[in-house]
Amino acid sequence: MAELITYREAVAKAIAQEMRRDESVVFLGEDIAAAGGVFKATKGLLDEFGPTRVRDTPISEEAILGAAMGAAMTGMRPIAEIMFSDFLATCWDIVAVEIAKSRYMTAGQVKVPLVIRTANGGGLRFGAQHSQAVENWAMMIPGLKVVAPSTPADLIGLFAASVRSDDPVLFFEQKSLYPTKGEVPDGEIVDELGVAKTVRKGDDVTIVALAAMVPRAVTAAERLQEEHGISAEVIDLRSLVPMDTRTVLESVSRTSRLVTVEENPRLCGWGAEVVSIVGEECFWDLDAPLTRITTPHVPLPSADTLEDETLPNVDRITETVAKVVG
Amino acid sequence: MSEETRLGLYRQVVRLRRFEERAYRLFMEGLVKGTSHLSLGMEAVAAGVAEAMNPDDYTYCTYRGHAHTLARGTPMDGVMAELLGRANGVCAGKGGSMHLTSIEHGVMGSYAIIGAHLPIAVGSAWSAQLRGSDQVTVCFFGDGATNIGAFHEALNLAVVWNLPVVFVCENNLWMEYTAIADVTAVEHPAADRAAAYGLERIVVDGNDPEAVHLEAKKAIDKARSGGGPTMFEAMTYRHGGHSRADPGDYRPKEEVEEWLAKDPLPFYRQRLLDLGVDAGVLDEIEQQAQADVDAATEAAKNGPLPDIDSAFTDVWADGGSSWRN
Repeated sequence: MAELITYREAVAKAIAQEMRRDESVVFLGEDIAAAGGVFKATKGLLDEFGPTRVRDTPISEEAILGAAMGAAMTGMRPIAEIMFSDFLATCWDIVAVEIAKSRYMTAGQVKVPLVIRTANGGGLRFGAQHSQAVENWAMMIPGLKVVAPSTPADLIGLFAASVRSDDPVLFFEQKSLYPTKGEVPDGEIVDELGVAKTVRKGDDVTIVALAAMVPRAVTAAERLQEEHGISAEVIDLRSLVPMDTRTVLESVSRTSRLVTVEENPRLCGWGAEVVSIVGEECFWDLDAPLTRITTPHVPLPSADTLEDETLPNVDRITETVAKVVG
Repeated sequence: MSEETRLGLYRQVVRLRRFEERAYRLFMEGLVKGTSHLSLGMEAVAAGVAEAMNPDDYTYCTYRGHAHTLARGTPMDGVMAELLGRANGVCAGKGGSMHLTSIEHGVMGSYAIIGAHLPIAVGSAWSAQLRGSDQVTVCFFGDGATNIGAFHEALNLAVVWNLPVVFVCENNLWMEYTAIADVTAVEHPAADRAAAYGLERIVVDGNDPEAVHLEAKKAIDKARSGGGPTMFEAMTYRHGGHSRADPGDYRPKEEVEEWLAKDPLPFYRQRLLDLGVDAGVLDEIEQQAQADVDAATEAAKNGPLPDIDSAFTDVWADGGSSWRN
């Protein structure tokens, strides 16, 4: 039996699954407990697990992540919420300079098994300071795992893998996906980090996408088939670190073309890394320029008409891919 | 205070002094590379606090952390070898002077970003509370850390959650190359801000190991018995500069002289003699400390250089550094 739930509902389900299983899992963040989260994604957790394990915090991002780190170093497995991923900038030292480096600097003495959940990306007209897609910030730092699911089932399974990992994980929930629905199987769901998913098979071109760009890429692939007779393979990367380059390389070596679709501003987006790996390792199999679709290098505008044209949309993906295949 | 405790404090201060003197010499000889931040003149704080801690309590310190690391019982050989970048160092040569860590001895790390470790210390105190353990966390930091946001975030959360943590500010009057008084809104950067978090205003003579010890003991006992956090400010002074070969000559000559006259080592030796402790006993402690430092220096100099492959380990829990398949 499977159940149809929203990405939003999957969050509380994922957290509850791990908190039921393991007493050392605790959850802290701003407005997560009594209010059930600003996106209402953590509703019901306080009732089930109580105020000791589900804690509202002050607006103190450094204290939230510092407390999570110290607790993770000493036997707990904290889940910390940073309400909007933009706010990671306020505690980036704890993320990038403390959490990420501790194991290495201490020759393995310290482990920091924690998950930082955060609402990432645009599409909700929130403006430039509440809409950034910042997974690239984390990807650049050795020692951080970076996960970004696109469906409710993936969210639960990858979240379980993240909580159970002895490495620190940045878990990006794409906020525009919260209302979207997907089937989740009954019982415990546990996935694996670093395994991409081929969500649509195809022969002519490989489209690599992440999070909110995955459903857009799939819709574009359907249009490409209908309107252009192009058979596009769509890969949901699911995690940036570790990265499943094997699946991407295998696909591109078959299709001979690659288009990456990402929400990030163009410079140094993760697509550039994928393109460079494919360029180095798949060069002789290629029949077209490696192509990236990104948000232009601008802060995200607020007005719906502007935001819709700034983020990669189905039209732009369809047209770009059609051009690449020629 | 028992004579045993007093001798313990003296032994600690002497060991830390001899170690830091040797670290400085090895730095000048080019054997300790990069940078180092010494606690010369400030040893009474680390010694006094450590003497009041249980073996499984937690310590967090800064990049000026040799003294705090050693005071918890971390073997001198491993610390010296780490300074020299050897494989037998406490962090196998991957941490260095600014990141000394020995989890086995409760030394949860030396943190080189000002103020960053205060919230992390709050985390291990929270963990102890959650686990129902009686472990206390002690967090050492300098006067400079009091003007950074993390200090305030950490104090607030520690009080709100009533956590077993003791914040120890080592006020050595200088924030790197700038007088803390010139850049701080209050006279005592930590103690004068305690009230904002509902904490007591405590200033202690940081060059008197006994005064520090008594204050620390009170705070640690309070934390252990569920009484919540304490912060105290220990007034002390750096004998040298901020780091490396900084002579610290930006400091007024009179101030330096005044504080050198308050050097905790001769001061405490004299107090013990006045209390009737036999000079021979103190001499023996000093000789032993020097012998330990000499042995640690040899162990470090003769230690193997790290295997180059070790640069690619310990990024992840699986021991490796691979980020793709």
